[in-house]
Amino acid sequence: MVYEEKGIYTVHEFTLAVKNILTGSQLSDIWIRGEISNFTNHGSGHRYFTLKDKDSQLQCVMFKWHGQSLRFELERGMKVIVLGDIDVYEQRGQYQLKVRAIRPDGTGELYKAFEQLKNRLALEGLFSPAHKKPLPGFPRKIGVATSPTGAVLHDILTVLKRRYPVNVLFMPTVVQGEYAAESIVRSIQALNSTDVDLIILGRGGGSIEDLWAFNEEIVARAIFGSKIPIISAVGHETDYTIADFVADVRAPTPSAAAEIAVPDRRELYSRITRLNDRLIECQRRSIADTASRLSHIQECIQSCLVLDKITNYIQYIDELTRRQTAGIQRMLEIKTYLFTAHAGKLNAVSPLGTLSRGYSIALKLPDKTVVKSIGDVKEKDEIQIIVNDGKLKCNINDKEVCRWK
Amino acid sequence: MEMSFEESLTELESIVEKLENGQLSLDESLLLFDKGIKLVKECDTKLKSAQQKIERLIEENNCLTSEPFEPQEENMREK
Repeated sequence: MVYEEKGIYTVHEFTLAVKNILTGSQLSDIWIRGEISNFTNHGSGHRYFTLKDKDSQLQCVMFKWHGQSLRFELERGMKVIVLGDIDVYEQRGQYQLKVRAIRPDGTGELYKAFEQLKNRLALEGLFSPAHKKPLPGFPRKIGVATSPTGAVLHDILTVLKRRYPVNVLFMPTVVQGEYAAESIVRSIQALNSTDVDLIILGRGGGSIEDLWAFNEEIVARAIFGSKIPIISAVGHETDYTIADFVADVRAPTPSAAAEIAVPDRRELYSRITRLNDRLIECQRRSIADTASRLSHIQECIQSCLVLDKITNYIQYIDELTRRQTAGIQRMLEIKTYLFTAHAGKLNAVSPLGTLSRGYSIALKLPDKTVVKSIGDVKEKDEIQIIVNDGKLKCNINDKEVCRWK
Repeated sequence: MEMSFEESLTELESIVEKLENGQLSLDESLLLFDKGIKLVKECDTKLKSAQQKIERLIEENNCLTSEPFEPQEENMREK
């Protein structure tokens, strides 16, 4: 080695020697807790800051290729835990920590990170109502991404079964810890390649640390990128996560998510019953209307029939009249004929026939008794003599008895 | 193709509205009524026969498959 031969180091040689010792030590891949000060976000994209506690300071650099995975921006005074390797900045002869990852330390910092991401994604429009997908009114199959253990799945299945038993595709998902965010993202993507038409992303309640995966940017982007509507049900009613803001609908609890997801079967029954009643009422009315129209028409037709009957009768009466006239006529003819016959016979025996031969009949007036003997009349009596063509009024002047036979 | 419950319900609602508006001939309304009653029965049957089938999605060698899943009661309780 150089220093063994000459005994004297150049500054650079010494610095390199120190660097060799330090980087070869166990001070690599190490977690350090501290507070950020003197933070500059360089135009180059690399981050330079000092990590300090009340007694010491540590120079830190985070190159941009590591900084890309940072899920919040550094701020002065922020309490963090950093992961890094010891290094020496040769130009200054300064040891420093090359930071590979930074995590917020403590609840306050998590809230800060949460607010930062929330504001950034809001600006980007990830929470915009315009991007919210409508939920299907009657989902056929619901994808549930949640932990295989815990009450969430049970709660969701119970409510679904009670309200409307719909098919469920369950995707076991890690919802807490180091792998949770990636697991959630994978579940959302996997469910997107199935035939589910709604996804419930659920997790029981917990501290902000427990729920942290749902505040990760990759989860937010996976929810935003989902083609299938997502209901988020993370934690309890009061817990809000970034996932809740990005999701199409946020449910206060997993049970509530299930209630939002499907309609209530009993309500549907009564809806159908009401529709059925309306249907029957319509039809009853329609038939009643038609029936009354029909009976009205029938009445019209019936009065037409009466008229028809009357004309029939009129015709019949005419016919009867005609037949009656003919009958009487015939009877008259017969009677006339009989009368003529009888009259002929009568004529033959009539005394009037003798009158034409010159005989006459004398009748005593005023009682018109036939004078058969001179004893029937006295002198001065008035008599009527009937001759062939008329009557004569005479007085008796004289009587004389004669013996003609 | 068989209608979904949602489609049947929507159709039923529009039929009832049409009938309630009147303006239909008796023949038309009888046809619609017949269809409506069938839809009521269909919806009712669908509601009654709705069954919950639960499957689990499994990812194996970048392949997604699903298998029937029976939720175990002991798994359901919070630790």
